[in-house]
Amino acid sequence: MKSRCPICGREAILADDVMPGEVVEHDCGVTLEVVIDGDRVLLKPLEIGEDWGE
Amino acid sequence: MNIALVYDIARWEEKAIVEAAKKRSIRVEPLHLEVQPLTVGGRLPVEADVYLQRCLSHAKALSSTIALESMGARVVNSSKAISVAHDKLWTLVLLSKAGIPTPRTVVAFSEGSALRVAGSLGYPVVVKPTNGSWGRLVSLAEDEETLRVILEHRVYTNNPFLKVHMLQEFIRKPGRDIRVFVVGDEVPVAIYRVSNHWITNTARGGRAQPAPVDEELRELSLKTAETLGVEIAGLDVFEDPERGYLVNEVNAVPDFRNTVAVTGYDLPGRIVEYLAHATRR
Repeated sequence: MKSRCPICGREAILADDVMPGEVVEHDCGVTLEVVIDGDRVLLKPLEIGEDWGE
Repeated sequence: MNIALVYDIARWEEKAIVEAAKKRSIRVEPLHLEVQPLTVGGRLPVEADVYLQRCLSHAKALSSTIALESMGARVVNSSKAISVAHDKLWTLVLLSKAGIPTPRTVVAFSEGSALRVAGSLGYPVVVKPTNGSWGRLVSLAEDEETLRVILEHRVYTNNPFLKVHMLQEFIRKPGRDIRVFVVGDEVPVAIYRVSNHWITNTARGGRAQPAPVDEELRELSLKTAETLGVEIAGLDVFEDPERGYLVNEVNAVPDFRNTVAVTGYDLPGRIVEYLAHATRR
């Protein structure tokens, strides 16, 4: 599965079993979140929430 | 049987749980809260025997668990357990009442009373919010002047929770604390979190190493979990040179990537097996 890094613009290869909301590291060093919109698989920069944690 | 995985962000842990379930021929229904609203008292959005709560956002974890419970779902952990575990003060109150050793803790509601009471705890003193994770906003005041500065910063924030000052004695740990995992009535694995810094969270750079679980630690951990009503949890335990084990915090949606990496223990598999067993009871 392929998408595009929104930061560097280069292609990003994703696993076939990628989940919506999955955190992925792109080659360019950016941490991204997978967004699945119908047939489209998009990536957006991961925004860390103030209440994230264990 | 099938398990619903309630989540907002899927990290290594959530993927590992899905993989572990697949290996055991257990179906996992992902319940991604970013796209799935929940109707209070309505129909469950996915069919599952048990719902595993894995939201990274505390607000989403608690609210979605409450909503799913209103629909009749069995959620692990329960909303009450998540709520108690997230509140460090409530956790310590319940543990203390149950006779479980904890660090000496005082809660103060003004800058003046915090400064007065810190003297009785003795410096250095730990100042922390009553909620929060990964060691965020946890400070160490070496002396009264430092405490005054920390409190002043807190007083001028807009967050009302930072105007409740939880002060804790500083435990002279042996350069590490222990993260103990409880799954049901078992204590399957533990790690040391080793650091030169007094905050040892692995999210803050603490190194994970396998740790033994002796009988005392096992019993203490199970009693802690029972007291708070958590079924799956990560406990933060200090080793006090004089008093022995002290339970400091309990995490109801624990991270475990580092634990699996250094111990090789199949914790996601154990969690899945527990959920499968729990629904058959």
